[in-house]
Amino acid sequence: MTEKQFPREEYLASGHRGCAGCGAAIIVRQALKAAGKDTIVVNATGCLEVMTTPYPETAWRVPWIHVAFENAAAAASGVERAIKVLQRKRKKYANKKINVIAFGGDGGTADIGFQALSGAMERGHNMLYIMYDNEAYMNTGIQRSSSTPLLASTTTSPVGTVIKGEDRPKKDMAMIIAAHGVPYVATACLSYPEDFMNKVKKACEIEGPAFIHALQPCTTGWKYDPKYTVKIGRLAVETGVFPLYEIKNGEFKITYRPLKRKPLNEYVKLQKRYRHLTDKDIEMLQKYIDERCKLLGL
Amino acid sequence: MVTVGTIIYEPGNSTNKTGSWRVFKPIMDKDKCVMCENCFIFCPEGCIKEKDGKFEIDYDYCKGCLICVNECPVKAISSIREEK
Repeated sequence: MTEKQFPREEYLASGHRGCAGCGAAIIVRQALKAAGKDTIVVNATGCLEVMTTPYPETAWRVPWIHVAFENAAAAASGVERAIKVLQRKRKKYANKKINVIAFGGDGGTADIGFQALSGAMERGHNMLYIMYDNEAYMNTGIQRSSSTPLLASTTTSPVGTVIKGEDRPKKDMAMIIAAHGVPYVATACLSYPEDFMNKVKKACEIEGPAFIHALQPCTTGWKYDPKYTVKIGRLAVETGVFPLYEIKNGEFKITYRPLKRKPLNEYVKLQKRYRHLTDKDIEMLQKYIDERCKLLGL
Repeated sequence: MVTVGTIIYEPGNSTNKTGSWRVFKPIMDKDKCVMCENCFIFCPEGCIKEKDGKFEIDYDYCKGCLICVNECPVKAISSIREEK
């Protein structure tokens, strides 16, 4: 290949404190490569904030603001409105298109920051919210969140003689945000960089709020060998655990359709958080996923 | 060092050499490399850089997660145990 496929600029510097094989860092690198230099990042509390900015260091090469768990979306909507007013009244940055991107983990998005996010999406701010979903509160020690999938073992839903890990299914954030009537909603995975970066570009271009739900395999919380981060993400998509789709102005489209869906077993057996599953449990999960895929037409 | 107002004046100043975390070390064979950019885009550290048209691993920051070894389609990257 002679043509350069991906931009060479790095907006997340090396030397951050993420785990070896951290998926969040991959997601941020890809997203910022797609969005470009004129981006303001708002970051909710979480792994991403803790690992990139231990004072007096920062790994960010774009303007960055950290806010509490609850209000990343609210702060991002404030930033967006301030840019709009500056452009209108003082003619500052008038000929520039400035992207406002909010990053939140699944805890900061689906649980704690949900009402701020819902408000920002409903008010129609021109911003992009990227939820990097590692399916538990990894930063504080793998507690369950509403995004934790069925039967996954976490420290607050441990496997024992009585319970078999998480007892509630995963909250479908992309569809909840789509129900707000948002112009652009998509799911993405770090293992498909072209797909993910296209979605970020589209979301930045669109006038109005956009939401991307990005799956991020987490080596610490899902308990697998760091070198499998990308492979597990790919398996999640190919097994149908995490289908990739986009909803643009109400039009639903599957963006990656595996030729033949792989059996769930391949995805599950790599992760220690699913170590306790028996064949019967896997069969039950497979049935649940088949039903969901059928609903989406996969 | 603490600055007034805890302001950080230089963006991207994380100079912490995370290369010392490494247990396994990826080694790139530049002749085998076909520039598919898989390792480049999947590296969590951003420590695979292009130099004179070929990719190079920056061992100051590489944490040795070996994603690049696993994702290389032509097996141009191999791994050895780190020796200190």
